[in-house]
Amino acid sequence: MDIDLITQVLFAAIKTGTPLLFIALGEAICEKTGVLNLGQEGMMLMGAVVGFMAAYATGNAGMGIIGAMLIGMLMSLIFGFLVLHLGANQVATGLALTIFGTGLSAFIGASVVGHTITGFQPLNIPLLSEIPVLGKVLFSHDPLVYLAIVLAILIGFVANKTRVGLTIKAVGENPHAANAIGIKVLKVRYLAVMFGGAMAGLGGAYMSLVYTPMWVENMTAGRGWIALALVVFASWRIGNIVLGAYLFGLASIMHLVLQGMGWSISPNLLAMLPYVATIVVMVIIGADKYKEKLLAPRSLGKPFDPRQMA
Amino acid sequence: MSETLKKQNSSPRLELLNITKQYPGCLANDQICMTLMPGEIHALLGENGAGKSTLVKTIYGVVSPDSGQIIWDGHEVDIKSPSIARDLGIGMVFQHFSLFETLTVAQNIELCLSKEQLSEIGNLAQRIRDLSKAYGLNVDPERYVHSLSIGERQRVEIMRCLVQSVKLLILDEPTSVLTPQEVAGLFTVLRQLSSEGCSILFISHKLHEVTEICHNATILRGGKFVGDCEPANETPATIAKMMVGDLAEQDAGYEKAHGQEMIFAAKNLTLASKNPFGTSLKAVNFELLKGEILGIAGVAGNGQEELMSIISGEDSRSLKNVLTLDGADLGVLSAGARRKSGLAYVPEERLGRGAVPEMSLSENTLLTHSRGFVKSGLVNWAAVKEYAKSLINQYSVKCHGEFSEAKSLSGGNLQKFIMGREIGQNPKVLICAHPTWGVDVGAALAIHQALLQLRDQGAAILLISEDIDELFLLADRMAAVCDGHLSPVVRTEDTSIDQIGQWMAGTFINDSNSSEALT
Repeated sequence: MDIDLITQVLFAAIKTGTPLLFIALGEAICEKTGVLNLGQEGMMLMGAVVGFMAAYATGNAGMGIIGAMLIGMLMSLIFGFLVLHLGANQVATGLALTIFGTGLSAFIGASVVGHTITGFQPLNIPLLSEIPVLGKVLFSHDPLVYLAIVLAILIGFVANKTRVGLTIKAVGENPHAANAIGIKVLKVRYLAVMFGGAMAGLGGAYMSLVYTPMWVENMTAGRGWIALALVVFASWRIGNIVLGAYLFGLASIMHLVLQGMGWSISPNLLAMLPYVATIVVMVIIGADKYKEKLLAPRSLGKPFDPRQMA
Repeated sequence: MSETLKKQNSSPRLELLNITKQYPGCLANDQICMTLMPGEIHALLGENGAGKSTLVKTIYGVVSPDSGQIIWDGHEVDIKSPSIARDLGIGMVFQHFSLFETLTVAQNIELCLSKEQLSEIGNLAQRIRDLSKAYGLNVDPERYVHSLSIGERQRVEIMRCLVQSVKLLILDEPTSVLTPQEVAGLFTVLRQLSSEGCSILFISHKLHEVTEICHNATILRGGKFVGDCEPANETPATIAKMMVGDLAEQDAGYEKAHGQEMIFAAKNLTLASKNPFGTSLKAVNFELLKGEILGIAGVAGNGQEELMSIISGEDSRSLKNVLTLDGADLGVLSAGARRKSGLAYVPEERLGRGAVPEMSLSENTLLTHSRGFVKSGLVNWAAVKEYAKSLINQYSVKCHGEFSEAKSLSGGNLQKFIMGREIGQNPKVLICAHPTWGVDVGAALAIHQALLQLRDQGAAILLISEDIDELFLLADRMAAVCDGHLSPVVRTEDTSIDQIGQWMAGTFINDSNSSEALT
């Protein structure tokens, strides 16, 4: 492989990993408060279609982003109401949300299939983008790639260094104790669920506005599920999530590169590569069961009813 | 004492007027009144279900009362949430600690403080160290809570209240998880707080502790106020009478038995814990004899849970030639096969382990007691129900009937039922953890008598308990665990609370290496 190809591959890897990073970051915060939202794929698809339609109608990609985040939050609010307010089963409700989002997005997006828009233009960072290789790989992306990185750093900081982070961790570990010391558990969980929804919408918008600027039914291709797996294998650590997301991006690109190089392996098998590679690497990283138990939010998936104080 | 308190401080810190709280099907608090003076140590007494917890939760803002007034420092207040209670200066140490294990001590304490309080304190870690020294609490702010013992965790909870300079400290059964030495330490702290003007509301089941430390006591029964007393002028027996009514039957001393031949043995049982918060077992050796109760004392989290689950088979790792029951190698059998060979098991956790919360009592009976009730895969429900009913009658379990869900029963009643179910299988060996934990005086008496009866029928009983008084009452031989080590086993009449207390703190560990041959 020559240097140009490597540059191209790495550049595309970061781009491909970005939507996954958005979703996984949102879901990580959501799970840290003890709520497991399996509706990622549904929220992401809704974000993709609504984002695309908003951008198509207004001609402004920024409006697309806002629309996608709002619809993601709305979807997550439905989930939050069922799960937090009514105490419904999180797994079943999340699955229902995915099925709902998949169907609804196909329905409302039918009219815009085949249309295209101009998405975001790359933002070449002055000076830095002129560094050979690195400049192309890291500093000549569209604004959302930078946003994802900034958000990752910000979320990592908030989760690990601030009182908000402590509160999130406390709610996820022991909601009853958190309630007893005066933390409003449901409020924290609602906010986290909505944050997760907004991030999933953003991830979806990245797919339909930047990655491939058009709407195709079911275009997220299981990224919502990969993000869910990623969060667990990354042991809810923001650094690991960033690593895993870009790794997925790299593996996704590699399967195209390998096909292009004329490998005589079935393209179907190669298409599995990103999923398999991401999971294998993340399993190895998260293999320390001892640590896993310390890091996992203990109340994950369990409903909390403040009226039933133990 | 209380008279002088009242004279010194004419205005009470806290007054409760006609607090009433109705739960579906249960009047938890009925017109309860109580007064607390500054610096007073006030006991709140009553059996389980008497309404103590509801009352303190009302004061702490976790439960909102249906009617009644709370007067704090002369002003009526509406305590809607724990954060309001804390702003007023009310702190609470819960029975089941409300600490976060994956956070450090300082982080745990930080979470409870408002931003203003934090900026006022400045360096929180330093403040914790200072208070630690001032009250002899020995709390290290940097340690993770999961690495702390139960006693240390309780000190963290107390520290959490001290940092906020509380005016009223509520403790819910604080001594039930402590070694005798730790209890003495706690009482020193409480006395010091009291002398500084902090009021203390102390819930306990242990009457001699109440008579030792409390100035006043309020006694509740069935949600109603039944009386006040000055514990210094009473004996544990007279207080118990007020708590349970005139029907109170006291646990008297029981005759000790001498076991006969060996039926169960653990030889050099060494086992790494599966859980990062767990304790590994280190070369545990003991024998159980037919017709005796072997008591194992220890503060929770010193390997009791691991010992229980490896004996019961819940921990499915197979061990060869380590555990024997009646000559057979128990360690290689599944949990079900162990039960079939004559082992019965009453775990600490009643709901979730001893019984399935959502299942009825008769269904729960069937879980461990299927012999005779299942023929060619079909359940004879009529017989199961009949049997469950007979258990309910025999052990006077208070419930609606054999169809009641296990979770609808109070802790004590469910425990009586589980105990009856296990005893009903005529086990050769019964393993039993904390049988009377959180159980009221009447139910505890029934459980004790059931255990002794089983012993007298020739069964061997391994009794693991944190309640050292209970062990001295029931056990024929005793040992203690500390950090996964088992102390030497001695006859109960040859030891003292002091010695067992020291063993619970681990003083035997260094000697035992040299004297292993003896034990």
